[in-house]
Order: sequence, then C-alpha cells, then structure tokens
Amino acid sequence: MQAVVFFISAAIVIVGALGVVLRANPVHAALSMVMCLFGVAVLFVSLDAHFLAAVQVIVYAGAIVVLFLFVLMLLGVDKAEDVRTERVKVQRPFAAIVGAGMLGLALVALFAARGRNITGQGTSDPGKQALVGEDNIRALARSVFSDYVLAFQLTSVLLVIAVLGTVLLARRPPKQLPLPDDAEAAA
Amino acid sequence: MTAFSLSPTPTWYLVLAAVLFTIGTVGVLVRRNPLIMFMCVELMLNAVNVTFVAISKALNDINGQTIVFFVLVVAAAEVVVGLGIVVAILRRRPGTTADDLAYLRG
Repeated sequence: MQAVVFFISAAIVIVGALGVVLRANPVHAALSMVMCLFGVAVLFVSLDAHFLAAVQVIVYAGAIVVLFLFVLMLLGVDKAEDVRTERVKVQRPFAAIVGAGMLGLALVALFAARGRNITGQGTSDPGKQALVGEDNIRALARSVFSDYVLAFQLTSVLLVIAVLGTVLLARRPPKQLPLPDDAEAAA
Repeated sequence: MTAFSLSPTPTWYLVLAAVLFTIGTVGVLVRRNPLIMFMCVELMLNAVNVTFVAISKALNDINGQTIVFFVLVVAAAEVVVGLGIVVAILRRRPGTTADDLAYLRG
C-alpha cells in the first residue's frame, strides 16, 4: 500500500517536473508545477510529515504558484516560447551532460553509501518513539520555537525586508513633474 | 529482486529527489524564459526538501523537518524578490529572455 502511494506520487512528481521543463507555454508550465508540488505534498504525508505537507500545499501550491501566474498574466509574457530552437548551439548538449553527470554523481554517492550506518542523533537513541501524527507537529513546534527561535525571528525580518525591497523594485519610477513652487515662480 | 519490499525505504525517496533535482537543473540550463528558470529553481528546492524529510524520517530526527520549514520561508522570500526583479526588467523591455540579459554586462 505504501509502495503504491509512493509510485503514484512519484509519477505525479516526475510528470509535473517534466511538464515545467518541456511545456512551451509558461502558464502550462506553472500548472504543471502545481501538479509536481502536490505530488511532493503526498510524499510528505507518506513520510509522516503532515504539517509540512499542509504548508507545502498552502505556501507553494497556493501562494508561490499564484504569484507566478499573476506575474505571467500581468506582464503578458504568457506567449509560447519556441522550445525547438536553441540560440546558443552547445546549450542543449551541455545541459544534457551536466544533468547526466549530476544524476550519476548523486546516484553513485547514494548507492556507494548503502549498508553503512547513517550517523545522527536519532540513531544513537533507539528508545526514542517514532514521531508520527500529533507527536510530529508537537516536536516540530518545540524545535522551531525553542532550539531555532532566533532563526525563526530572523525569517520574519527576512520576509519584511523582501516585501519592502520588492515594493521598491517594482515601483514605477516617479514622473518628473514640475514642483508647484516652480510653476508659481515661473508664472 | 529482494530489495523490492512493500514499504518504501529512504533510498527510494532519495533516488526520486535526485531525479527531480536533475530535471530542475536541466530546466535552468535549457529554458530561456526567466520565469520558467525560476520555476525550475523551485523544483530543485523541492527535491532537497524531499531529501531532508526522508532522512529526517530515517533518523527519527525532527531537525530535518525544521530545516524544510525554514527552506519554505526562504523560498517564498526568494520568489518575491526574484519576481520583483523580473517585473522591473520586463516592464522596461517586454519579451526579454535570459539571453538578452547578457547585454547587462559592462
């Protein structure tokens, strides 16, 4: 049963990710990304990370993709890009080589490490009960609001800075209107 | 195949995350629309998140999920700033691709 869930959500994730890369129309790519992110949320549920699954759906699929679609439609850049041509000749083969190399590297590292113990706090404490269900959320809350409370506060600073910076960036430059005093002086 | 059991092991999730990360990397390298390049960066972030949660489950250690929580927040901030820059550029030059931004160099 677990394996069935894994394979279905893995298929959703891979198809969605390929859709992002291969779809010519940016709106279709954004909707493919929603599909991929939902698949990742299902994977989080199957890994007993229920809170992260909910946050994934709300923040990623809800907020971030809507932001993408908003910008796409606001700017009118939703016209299809011709993905068959490449402007830089070596771009596609180079990308294929880099991709194959990266995947190969990750898989070799993964399977070379098989059978060895992963060191970490959790393994050194076999008596610790599994963090599933409500225990998971409780443990996550305790971790965020006690061990990492400074980092949590800093993320709020980061968000405020990001919002202010974006407002400044996206603002239209003010038109150079003559000041009323100048107009009166000229008259 | 004896490794094929009915319950997924962390290795399955790690392989899936590696594949997802690779798709994101190739997407960043291949596509020219800056918005789609952003989406591919998000795919790579998600691959890393899957890795973190899988290891967190394998080690029964909550810190992996805490990191994913912070990654989500930082990703949201990053998208906001990135889209602000894209809006600022595209408003001045409509239809700009990432290739055209090479003209920014001095």
